[in-house]
Amino acid sequence: MTDFIIETNQLTKSFKGQPALRGLNLRVPRGSIFGFLGRNGAGKTTTIKTLMGLLRSDSGAARVFGVQVTDADRSIEVRRRIGFVTEDKELYPYMTVEQIIRFIRPLFPRWRHDLERRYLQMFDLPPKRKIPDLSKGMRSKLMLLLAISRGAELLILDEPTDGLDPAATEDVLRELVDMSASEGTTMFFSSHQLSEVEFIADHIGIIDLGKMVACGVLDEMKARYHRLQLVFEGSVELPPRWPDGVESVRQEGRVVSILVSHNVEAIVEQARSVPGTSVESFPVTLREIFLEHVRSNRDALVQRMVGNEV
Amino acid sequence: MIFRPPQSSGVPVYLQLIEQVKHAVETGALRVGDQLPTIRKVAGELVINPNTVARAYRELEHEGVLELRHGSGAFIKESAGGRARILRNAHSLVRSAIERLASLDLTDDELRRVLESELAQARTAPLQQGVAKGKA
Repeated sequence: MTDFIIETNQLTKSFKGQPALRGLNLRVPRGSIFGFLGRNGAGKTTTIKTLMGLLRSDSGAARVFGVQVTDADRSIEVRRRIGFVTEDKELYPYMTVEQIIRFIRPLFPRWRHDLERRYLQMFDLPPKRKIPDLSKGMRSKLMLLLAISRGAELLILDEPTDGLDPAATEDVLRELVDMSASEGTTMFFSSHQLSEVEFIADHIGIIDLGKMVACGVLDEMKARYHRLQLVFEGSVELPPRWPDGVESVRQEGRVVSILVSHNVEAIVEQARSVPGTSVESFPVTLREIFLEHVRSNRDALVQRMVGNEV
Repeated sequence: MIFRPPQSSGVPVYLQLIEQVKHAVETGALRVGDQLPTIRKVAGELVINPNTVARAYRELEHEGVLELRHGSGAFIKESAGGRARILRNAHSLVRSAIERLASLDLTDDELRRVLESELAQARTAPLQQGVAKGKA
C-alpha cells in the first residue's frame, strides 16, 4: 500500500461566491517529487494555503502526515515537519539574512546546521544584507534555505523558481533533486513551467478550474497517452462512438488526429476497422497532455453551463 | 560522459537513460565490469528525479545489462557483452536490408518511417489476431 503524505478529499473553497476549488482530490506519495501544474488562477495557491492551514476549506477534507489540517492541536507538530516556500517571498523586511536565520532556527528542534552552512555557501547569500535589498533570485534561495534547513520531511513549494533566471533555476532544482536523493524528502511543488517539472517530478497533478483533471506517475502517463493519426484514402467517416479513452478528435482534410489517454489498443483496433485508413501512433509530451486537459476541461465546463441555462 | 540531458519528448526519461546505457555498451564506451555513477550523482548532474534514475537502473538490471550490488553501486554485467554481440548481428542484418532497399531510391526519412510504421504494426498485430479469433 502506498503511503500518502498529502491526501485531500473533495475539497471545495469559494471566495465571495467565486469557486476556487471544486472538489479537489489529491494524493502525494511519500518520497515523491510531485509537480502540481496549472494555469494562473487554476487553484494552486488556494490548495497550498489550505494544506498549510492558512485557509479553511468550505467542505471536504485535507490530511498532511495523516493529520487533518483543521486539527489545531496537532497541526503545529505537523507544520514543524514541513518546509514551506510561499509565492510572495517577502519574509521580514527589517532583518538581514543572518538575522532571519537566527530568528527561525530555534523554532525548529531538528534544525540542520550542516544544511544551513552548505546552502549559505552554495547559494552565495550575503549574511549582512537586508532582505529587501536581495534580488528576487536571492530571496527565493533564502526561503529555500530556511525551508530545507529545518530538517523538513515534506517541502511545499509554491512556484519556487518563479522569477529566477535559468542559471538560478538550475541551481535550485539541482538542490531539490539532491535533497530528494540524499534525504528522501517528499516535495510538492506548484509550477506552470512545464519544462522544469518534466524532468524533476516523478508524479504529476494537473489542476484546472479547481479540479484535478489528470494525475499520476509521469512516466506512466507518457506511456498511456498516444496521438493517433488516421489518414483516409476516401472520404472521412468516423465511427459514431469511440471507446473510452479518447480525449479529443480533430480533423483536417483527410487526416484525423486523436489524443488517447488510455485504452489505446481498443482504440487503434476501432480506427483500423474503418475501411481505407492507415493508423500511426506517436508519443505525447507533457506539454500536449497539459494543454489538451486544460482546454477540454474548459470546453466541458462551457457546455455544462450552457446546458444548465437551457 | 555516459548520460546526456534528457529530451523533452513523449518518451519517458527513464527509457531515454536505458537507451543511453545500452548504446554505450554497444559502442564499447562501457565495458563489462565498469561501474556506473551513483543515482544521486546522475540525478544531480542531469537535474532529474532520482527515482527516475533508480527505475532505469532497476530495469537495466532486470534486462541483464547491470548488476546492482547493494551499497557499492551498479556495474555492467557479463551478459551485457552477449547482448552487445546480438545487437552487432542485428546491425549487419539491417545493413544488408538497407543495401537491398537501395534500388528503391528512398530518402532516409522515408526509410525511417517505413521501419517505424512496420514496427508499430508488428507490435499491435498479435492483439488484432487475438480479436479476430475471438470473433470467429
